[in-house]
Amino acid sequence: MTLASSPDLSKESEPLQPKGWLRYFSFSVDHKVIGLQYLICGFIFYLIGGALASAIRIELTSPISDFMPRDVYNQVLTLHGTIMIFLWIVPVVNGAFGNYLIPFYVGARDMAFPRLNAVAFWLIPPAGLMLISSYFITGAAESGWTAYPPLSINTPAAGQIIWILSVLLLGGSSIFGGINFIATILKLRRPGLGLMQLPMYCWAMLGTSILVVLSTPVLAGTLILLSFDIVAHTGFFNPVMGGNVIVYQHLFWFYSHPAVYIMVLPAFGLVSEILPVHCRKPLFGYTTMVYSIMAIVVLGLVVWAHHMFTSGTPPWMRLFFTIATSFIAVPTGIKFFNWVATLWGGRISLNSAILFSCGFIINFVLGGITGVALAQVPFDIHVHDTYFVVAHFHYIVYGGSVFVIFSSIYHWYPKFTGRMLNENLGRLHFLLTFVGFNLCFAPQHWLGLNGMPRRVAEYDPQFTFVNQLSSAGALLMAISTLPFLWNVFQSAFNGPIAGDNPWKALTPEWLTSSPPPVENWEGPAPLVKEPYGYGETPETLEVALDKDLELGGDEK
Amino acid sequence: MPLSSAIRSVLLGIVLVVAGLWIGQNIKLLPVDASTNAPVYDELFRVLFSIGAILFLGITGLVVFSLIKFRRKPGDTSDGIALEGNLSLEILWTAIPAIVVLFVGIYSYDIYDRMGGMLPLDHGGHNHQNMASEERIWGGISSGSIEKSGMVVNAPLPVEVTAMQFAFIFHYPKGDITSGELHVPTGQPISMRLESRDVIHAFWVPEFRLKQDVIPGQPTILSFTATKPGRYPIICAELCGPYHGGMRSAVIVDSPKAYEEWFKNNAKTPVSEL
Ligand code: HEM
Ligand SMILES: [Cu+2]
Ligand SMILES: [Cu+2]
Repeated sequence: MTLASSPDLSKESEPLQPKGWLRYFSFSVDHKVIGLQYLICGFIFYLIGGALASAIRIELTSPISDFMPRDVYNQVLTLHGTIMIFLWIVPVVNGAFGNYLIPFYVGARDMAFPRLNAVAFWLIPPAGLMLISSYFITGAAESGWTAYPPLSINTPAAGQIIWILSVLLLGGSSIFGGINFIATILKLRRPGLGLMQLPMYCWAMLGTSILVVLSTPVLAGTLILLSFDIVAHTGFFNPVMGGNVIVYQHLFWFYSHPAVYIMVLPAFGLVSEILPVHCRKPLFGYTTMVYSIMAIVVLGLVVWAHHMFTSGTPPWMRLFFTIATSFIAVPTGIKFFNWVATLWGGRISLNSAILFSCGFIINFVLGGITGVALAQVPFDIHVHDTYFVVAHFHYIVYGGSVFVIFSSIYHWYPKFTGRMLNENLGRLHFLLTFVGFNLCFAPQHWLGLNGMPRRVAEYDPQFTFVNQLSSAGALLMAISTLPFLWNVFQSAFNGPIAGDNPWKALTPEWLTSSPPPVENWEGPAPLVKEPYGYGETPETLEVALDKDLELGGDEK
Repeated sequence: MPLSSAIRSVLLGIVLVVAGLWIGQNIKLLPVDASTNAPVYDELFRVLFSIGAILFLGITGLVVFSLIKFRRKPGDTSDGIALEGNLSLEILWTAIPAIVVLFVGIYSYDIYDRMGGMLPLDHGGHNHQNMASEERIWGGISSGSIEKSGMVVNAPLPVEVTAMQFAFIFHYPKGDITSGELHVPTGQPISMRLESRDVIHAFWVPEFRLKQDVIPGQPTILSFTATKPGRYPIICAELCGPYHGGMRSAVIVDSPKAYEEWFKNNAKTPVSEL
């Protein structure tokens, strides 16, 4: 493949690309277009997944199964999980922001393999449509996003097969993206730019992409075997044919634990970009941040069996996975302390981006604490497969990754569109989301501890009130998207003009126009050796930024 | 000035730790403890909750404090301090979590051991012909702590549990009783052999703090000892189909006398085809 940085390719393909908004519906090879395609496509799936979540929470306002038939309920929860993971969080924290930002950060004009990049994106809409339409045509899969056999072999085959096909497509898309990120970060760096000078998001994406490339093929292989069991009646995982159901769980979680880091490591990277800009301080502890990302990548590959503590695993295995899982808390903790230290002593603008980032820190700390508790075998045996686990991973995935996605949209929207978002609406969005989220998920810890299993449409009536609280929180979360959507739409036309660099940031995507030109910069790519050089002497700042800055510059 | 601020941080730290410990010791979030390993579990829960509360309050406090203290005043366009790192601080907050995590790991190992999780199992109660060599044996939870608590250890009472969509069936080889509900006496180790007829189910009794997947093709042994008479739910915790939420039963824990009564009344009922 030709490298994108060689000017002839983009010159030659550029005339083929439509101009204006039509670009976003085309097979564009511009990384910025692809990034926004991922973001918008992901957000549409988020709205669909959110509607499914609302259906679940409505069903759970009463202890009996009355809102929808029981098999439909299982289809809804399967679709909800699959959509949120594979069509919203993974594509957005990786594909959307990765494609938009990584070429800027390494000083390149595009990704290493632009066409592969477009292919990776265009696998997603058909996969998503296939998955969702299966609900209307054949009935969707109903064995949960984990698709444990033998349930996934015994349930109606058509929906399950379509589920497998679409997850395979999405996995393929994710692998293509991962290869592209690794190649871009390692091979397309602008001359003179060292690895340890890269913005932290590059490191996060490098680590994530390594996980993607190592673990996603295992999921693909596993699902192919599962589909053989379903259509060809082989016996890999079918106990009736002498298969072993536990082997499936090992293979599945060998991918799916790393998958949780695929959803959250890029978010860590994004927060590391956002905090220094709005705190006007360097990112604290760059080097330890890099090492902790790599430690998380390595440890993340050897903790999968913590999802299987009640599956009849032998004691030695339980102990090993308890210890390995617990130790992930150490590198993760380092990152959190570093972020708090970044806040400390800053000049923090209390804008929507910072609020969502700080909301992320608080939510994720709670999710991390329950995570370490869940890693302890004796603790987990009671709460595994209960609402406690549901609360844990929503604190991580929603309270963590989704909060960061919103923070990032507030932060980069001016770059994407050239216009500012309305900050007051943004703060209202934060308030509603933060309150709604905690009201929805905090009570679920109690539900799990006291005897409510997950994935049920009916439950012990003693849990009614707490479930209604949780549903009220979900309602608030649904309402919270309204100010956001309004803000995003009307600011696109009426928002104040942002200018090149409204946040006075130092990373390279801000050192160009908003939105940036096709090849990212007019003239040569800037060499940014200190992406977090805030709070330095006023002279260095002035060189790095434009002269029109007034720097108070009173350093300690 | 630096001294007083150091004292202030130490004081704040102490308040935080005391508050966390207090919360952890006084919080009531769990249902009654009705098996020998439930109190052990609750002890672990309190320790984890205390550590978690200290961490959570500490970090949330720092974030909220920073947002208020260091917020940008209107008209202020200056930068923050150019602090890129601090090696001793970073070593400190690598070492402290590492020590805490190590402590938690070792402590929870001890808890697991006290629950009997590490005991090699010898299930005298079960017919050894049934226990083919590929039979998966784990658990023993609860069998350990009885000996330590000095209670008389009876031979374990064997019960065969069959799970199917969407019910549990309990069979007592002794007396040949088949029942939809589990009856057990207090203070008597129960040794269950769990097997599934179709998909994966899970046997969960929240009041016992005990859960085990019931796996087709892999019979599993699980033992426990109930301590408090009462009627507790048995809940299927693994998604097993449309009626998963309705797959519930109950365990009736009786005093040994009452249990004996029940056993006499039901023993030698016609053999079911199970
Ligand atoms: C990094 C971000 C994290 C994400 C995205 C995440 C996500 C998840 C998800 C989705 C599950 C539920 C899987 C299922 O049963 O369907 C889960 C379970 C679990 N998580 Fe996390 N988690 C994260 C962090 C952690 C951390 C930091 C720990 C511990 C140090 C942890 C430990 C666990 C354990 C032990 C379980 C198994 C609980 C059970 O099923 O009984 N997680 N996590
Ligand atoms: Cu995991
Ligand atoms: Cu079941």
